[in-house]
Amino acid sequence: MIPRRVLAGLGAAALAGLVAPALSAYPLTLLTQAAIIAILAMSLDVLLGYTGLPSLGHAAYFGIAAYAVGILTTEYQCAFLTCLVSGVALAALTAAVFGLLAIRASGTYFLMITLALGMVVWGLAFRWVSMTKGDNGIAGVPRPELGLPWSLSAPLPFFYFALAAAVAAWAVLGLLVRSPFGMGLQGIRESESRMRALGYNVWLHKYLAFVIAGAFAGFAGVFWAYYNGFVSPADVQLVTSVETLLMVALGGPGTLAGPALGATIIVFLKNFVSVYTKRWLLILGAVYIGVILFAPRGVLGALRRRST
Amino acid sequence: MTRITTRILALVLLAVFVVPLSAPPPTTAQGAPIKIGFLAPMSGAFAQVGKDMLNGTELYLDEIGRQAAGRKIELIVEDDEGTPAAALTKSRKLVEQDKVHLLTGGQLANVGYALQPFIDGNGIPATYPVIAADDITQRKPAKWIVRTGWSTSQPMHPFAEWTIKNTKYRKVAAVAMDYAFGYETIGGFQHVFEEQGGQIVQKIWVPLNTNDFAPFVAQIRRDADAVLVLFTGRLALQFVKQYQEAGLQGKLPILSGGTTTDESVLPQMGDEALGVISALHYSQALDLPANQKFSKAFEAKAGKISSYYSEATYTNMRWIVEAIKAVSGKVEDRAGLLAALRKVDIKDTARGPISIDAYGNPIQNIYVRKVERVGGRLQNTVIATIPNVSQFWTYKPEDYLKRPLYTRDYPPCKHCQ
Repeated sequence: MIPRRVLAGLGAAALAGLVAPALSAYPLTLLTQAAIIAILAMSLDVLLGYTGLPSLGHAAYFGIAAYAVGILTTEYQCAFLTCLVSGVALAALTAAVFGLLAIRASGTYFLMITLALGMVVWGLAFRWVSMTKGDNGIAGVPRPELGLPWSLSAPLPFFYFALAAAVAAWAVLGLLVRSPFGMGLQGIRESESRMRALGYNVWLHKYLAFVIAGAFAGFAGVFWAYYNGFVSPADVQLVTSVETLLMVALGGPGTLAGPALGATIIVFLKNFVSVYTKRWLLILGAVYIGVILFAPRGVLGALRRRST
Repeated sequence: MTRITTRILALVLLAVFVVPLSAPPPTTAQGAPIKIGFLAPMSGAFAQVGKDMLNGTELYLDEIGRQAAGRKIELIVEDDEGTPAAALTKSRKLVEQDKVHLLTGGQLANVGYALQPFIDGNGIPATYPVIAADDITQRKPAKWIVRTGWSTSQPMHPFAEWTIKNTKYRKVAAVAMDYAFGYETIGGFQHVFEEQGGQIVQKIWVPLNTNDFAPFVAQIRRDADAVLVLFTGRLALQFVKQYQEAGLQGKLPILSGGTTTDESVLPQMGDEALGVISALHYSQALDLPANQKFSKAFEAKAGKISSYYSEATYTNMRWIVEAIKAVSGKVEDRAGLLAALRKVDIKDTARGPISIDAYGNPIQNIYVRKVERVGGRLQNTVIATIPNVSQFWTYKPEDYLKRPLYTRDYPPCKHCQ
């Protein structure tokens, strides 16, 4: 018996895959973007939604992986697999180091320390010019060659590539949050002291969640670098972190599919509304406020409450 | 009941999103409008500059009745938010969905570098009216991009020579924003200044998010003859103010890159800006008939005085229209349009005569300007004109390109202590 939410998620992915060939190039690139950003939002959901840790520095791991791909492809002509592994590993490693510092804090202090650590990475990207090319960014990241019959430089194959990655990330993270480990995380979210009293190693649970979230943010970052062909400090800046947080909040924290939906909504809203009005930020702001007022558990949270 | 409502809602949403997406793009018939895609920051920290850029562009289009060579010109404006990722997404929209014939705009260097592979990869003719990063027309020249603006170090080379010839300043301390635009400005000046016997005795790099200049102003060496600065926007306003408060105005003269006293910030400055000498390829106070006409029309349209940003896009649009005329409106021939863009030679733009070099950067006059109060308001009075300056100054392009790009550490500060 497959749970309904899994069917719904697979259905949405299959639908996106089916309509894709009928779309013109631009909506297709937006869908690709949505698929990649959805991975980032889902990775943050492991922290925010399941463990109750609101990180304001999540773009750091995303950006570090993107930079790894940027540098490895343009300077060393590395193949896709090397880039993928080094990108994710580097992001996980950074999260492992930052986690040691950040997990000690909770609540507002956790927000502040992740914010500060995120700024450190941004500072590095901006100032370590010999490595990152600084503010100018790294241009000319080629699309990966996988030896497939389709070239990934065309929009449609690359979209399927990104979609497959998003579905894979969703599946792995979905299994993770329903595993005993994931249940432990949710227990910590509900009551840390009770979990501690029950004999759980709360610190280790949080730390591992932090590293896993970082690794998946890196996974998204790898695809982001390939998608844009360009990496710059803007990818690791605070705005990116905050936007990801908003996507999770909008879609529904603690649902995985919700943040993916939130990412898709924001990507499309940003790029479609801004075509029609210069005041698109106003509309985006109204959407956020609307969600907070009328659907505090996010879009998916609201739908779910309706249907049960 | 509620479940059914939810499903209907989902279907409606799906229809709203997907149906317009899959609609086929309009076919291009003969006599269809020429589409120009325009990118500028319309939101975020650089929105004011973006507005100036758009106003300049629209002013020229209005003047020619929005048509050229018998075809209507349609301008499609997109907000690049001042970030590379947004600029890339919007360029894809302009090229792939709107099928624009030409792409123009952009403000920040990183946007310029990000768009370059996209533009060259798609083979779409493009112009950069504002983005000044040196290497776009130097060590990494773009095939499909024509720069209608300037390169960062272009005004600084002649400015250094002018300083040697016309002032007694030989030991100069530099204070500039800590990013590529600052490095290339200071580097260009230092290169020529030190070759001609001057010395840069100090370099202070100020982070872009600085709120208090006091610690930086305090560091400036008081035994220098002058201070060379480079700021934009808010930082420019704050720097000159705090420089005056530190009692340095008049004692230690300010030389600067043109944006520090650009007309986009000058009206908000007071007497603290008086006497600042800078170099740029434009000044609102430039005494040319074309500029007087432009400057007056711009003020009537925008309700503020023209800045280098608005002149840049105004002249950029004129340049594009000249190229469209040169190909008799056949903009579908992309290679032909690019060739025409690279051939444009206009004698009477608002900033003076312009021609273009083999690398795609304009050869144009550089003006040395001094801030004065005339008729109650501050202006950049032109005190010297250096005609027909190339981005390579007087060097041979091949020799010049063998040198590294100006960076934080290049040229090295030999006379710093």
